[in-house]
Amino acid sequence: MTLRATYRDAGPVTVVDMSGRITLGDGSALLRKTLLDLLGQKRTRILLNLADVDYIDSSGIGELVSGYTSVNSHGGELKLLHLTKKIHDLLQITRLFTVFEVHSDEHTALRSFR
Amino acid sequence: MSPESKHLEVTLETHVESVNIAEEMCLRVAEAAGFAEEECYRIGMSVREGVINAFHYGNQERPEKKIYLAVELSDSKMTIHVVDEGKGFNLREVPDPLAEENLLSTSGRGIFLMRAFMDEFNVVPGRTGGAEIIMSKNLPAPGSQSPNGQGKSGGGSATPSQEA
Repeated sequence: MTLRATYRDAGPVTVVDMSGRITLGDGSALLRKTLLDLLGQKRTRILLNLADVDYIDSSGIGELVSGYTSVNSHGGELKLLHLTKKIHDLLQITRLFTVFEVHSDEHTALRSFR
Repeated sequence: MSPESKHLEVTLETHVESVNIAEEMCLRVAEAAGFAEEECYRIGMSVREGVINAFHYGNQERPEKKIYLAVELSDSKMTIHVVDEGKGFNLREVPDPLAEENLLSTSGRGIFLMRAFMDEFNVVPGRTGGAEIIMSKNLPAPGSQSPNGQGKSGGGSATPSQEA
């Protein structure tokens, strides 16, 4: 399934709503491009809403990690919202839960940004 | 192999789309073999990772090289072989992606996922001189699970938007 990414402002935070699969090729490339576009616009507080992302492979995981380090290097924060069970489990077994801040409620997530 | 074993083999181009083709092909075999949805997901993911490994690390994304995928279905397990035309690699030299110093690495999780998701996993020298990944999943006990496909969900949209 094609990956789609749309974004909206929620105060100082940009919420990126994604849907589809983040996999090798176009999906990973779109995630990278979206985050680079946002950083280019000085939007460095980013909340990735993955509620409608039902599949991520190792390439997609790598892109999430790459995005996390890029945003951090710009002095910002990248957080995750609404993980599906599959992606939750994937982040758990890869120990990336210790890296990413993950939220299940958007208001709480928005309030958590510095 | 027992007389009832089934064997399917395909030669794939070193191309991103081959990853999807391989995943789809193996998912169909897994569903037909009676694996439940969660197991189909794990098999599909493992095949993806095996072919990504062949595409990227083995064949170095060189289009003149091929990827050989074989699926065997015996009365006890489903076995998948992924062979590339690279230089091969030693499994013991693959960095542990769970190690603290590798957590922020942007690559290197494919082997880990295949190991985690399949019942058996190994890498041996392939007939092409490259690596051959061999992984298998034990078939569900008869009557224990019903055949089921991998679920896919849709998503909403807003503006501005980008699409891959």
